[in-house]
Amino acid sequence: MARVTVETVDHVARLARLSLTAEERETFARQLDQILAYAESIQSLDTDAVPPMSHALTSEMVREDTPAPSLDRARVLEAAPDAADNLFRVPRVLGG
Amino acid sequence: MIPDGSTATGIARRVGARETSAEEVTRASLDRVARRDGAVGAFLHVTAERALASARRVDQELAAGRPAPPLAGVPVAIKDVLDIEGVPTTCGSRILEGYKPPFTATAVDRLAAAGAVVIGKTNMDEFAMGSSTENSAFHPTRNPWDPERVPGGSSGGSAAAVAAGMVPVSLGTDTGGSIRQPAALCGVVGLKPTYGRVSRYGLVAFASSLDQIGPFTRTVEDAALVSGALFGWDPRDATSAQQPVPDFTAALARGVSGLRVGVPWPFLEKGVDAGVMARFREAVDALRGAGAQVVDVALPHAHHAIATYYIVATAEASSNLARFDGVRYGLRAREAGDLARMYGQTRDYGFGAEVKRRIILGTFVLSSGYYDAYYVRAQKVRTLVRRDFEQAFAACDVVATPTTPTPAFRLGEKTDDPLQMYLADIFTVPANLAGLPGLSVPCGMVEGLPAGLQLVGRPFDEATLFQAGAAYQGATSHHQATPPLGGA
Repeated sequence: MARVTVETVDHVARLARLSLTAEERETFARQLDQILAYAESIQSLDTDAVPPMSHALTSEMVREDTPAPSLDRARVLEAAPDAADNLFRVPRVLGG
Repeated sequence: MIPDGSTATGIARRVGARETSAEEVTRASLDRVARRDGAVGAFLHVTAERALASARRVDQELAAGRPAPPLAGVPVAIKDVLDIEGVPTTCGSRILEGYKPPFTATAVDRLAAAGAVVIGKTNMDEFAMGSSTENSAFHPTRNPWDPERVPGGSSGGSAAAVAAGMVPVSLGTDTGGSIRQPAALCGVVGLKPTYGRVSRYGLVAFASSLDQIGPFTRTVEDAALVSGALFGWDPRDATSAQQPVPDFTAALARGVSGLRVGVPWPFLEKGVDAGVMARFREAVDALRGAGAQVVDVALPHAHHAIATYYIVATAEASSNLARFDGVRYGLRAREAGDLARMYGQTRDYGFGAEVKRRIILGTFVLSSGYYDAYYVRAQKVRTLVRRDFEQAFAACDVVATPTTPTPAFRLGEKTDDPLQMYLADIFTVPANLAGLPGLSVPCGMVEGLPAGLQLVGRPFDEATLFQAGAAYQGATSHHQATPPLGGA
């Protein structure tokens, strides 16, 4: 089975855009290792002929792609931490 | 005066007949919140002015001679994961600090359109992740039966608000048991409807293939009444089902004569508290005594459900919670230099430990090298769990189990051991994986704490759950018990 180390947690935290403290990294490595050890039980099942299930819908939900009004732009921007000129403003993307 | 323990059915009838007013009922509910919630902590936000204004609108409509709506003047509390335009939505998290949504959830709109009056927003585990409501960023909620114990979670505030008699109805959400488990631990009725029954427009997503909105009430009759207003297709939610909504109140008087109740005994062999098991056996006997036929069924993969759930649900959560990045709403870390640092610091400051733990686990099971071994395999086991139920329903009409393996645990008892906390949901998770409706009904006390009977039904067959639940409550009086924090 996969063993979760602090390095694994670091790698995954980067993928998930989470800055973690040193204490969090150690705690999560230990706890996730325990949780995955528990989840190991499903590895013993023969699932070769079983289709994966991604949702529980009983019929296919499709609709016409019809344009309709969306939320008012000014009201949506009101909720943003920083907005200007009808846009969300963010810190610089590239170093400098 | 509105007596304690009034049901939604009773309030709607009296307000509709103008024996009392929606405003008077609303004032009584707000007064009970003011007197009782200091000890319980069920609410995050009380919307007193809005509530009184909407109550007066209900009264004006009735005074103008309009027909009485089904929930006329019924006070309701809303889990703080459902949006109400202009009212803060926190999801029990710091990361949504200051956020006031520009729209209202369909579920809330539908209750309001049926005459219900929103009293406030209730406490919850952050982003609905937890089984005790201790993961709220704001404060814990206490169990009205014992303030040293948790109310369950993640919809603990909604369950406690109904248990303590502050409102007769509340809404929660259930991804792995978050309605049924707190309903059982607080001694109230909780329904997780079939996946697709209730529109999730305006619900902040946790695990999109599992989440479902449903009601807490004191009686099964009230759950049927509220469901009639809550259910139905909504074009704004692509997963909402175009299934007809029957008159659920018609199912209430049918009785259980000849109804087949399946019990998966081998699934209940390990880890169930002796007192809970005794109450469960008594509940099965009561159903048999009311005319039901009790049969043995098998759910051979159900003991794999927790492992399956914590892979599927965290994978979906890691994707859904990527949207909380400090750009479009809520909190932003101000000291960050560039965009990537701003994302990381906002999320580190804004999310609590359980949310981070699940984002890390979910990202891990989706990551390169582990996707097939964990995520795809869990999706396959999910198929096996669903097939178990399909086979069980060839032999029975409802599947009965205890709702939870133990009564309410102590505050702090499981906070350092996430796996033990996850196992509190062992009997509720299978219905979410399979997309089935589940009802929890109070079935007596274990050393002063409530236990719950869970009934799981076929897809879109909530009517049979109400039929069985109403027959059970007709034969027993467990739902009439009042907790210590539910008086005064």
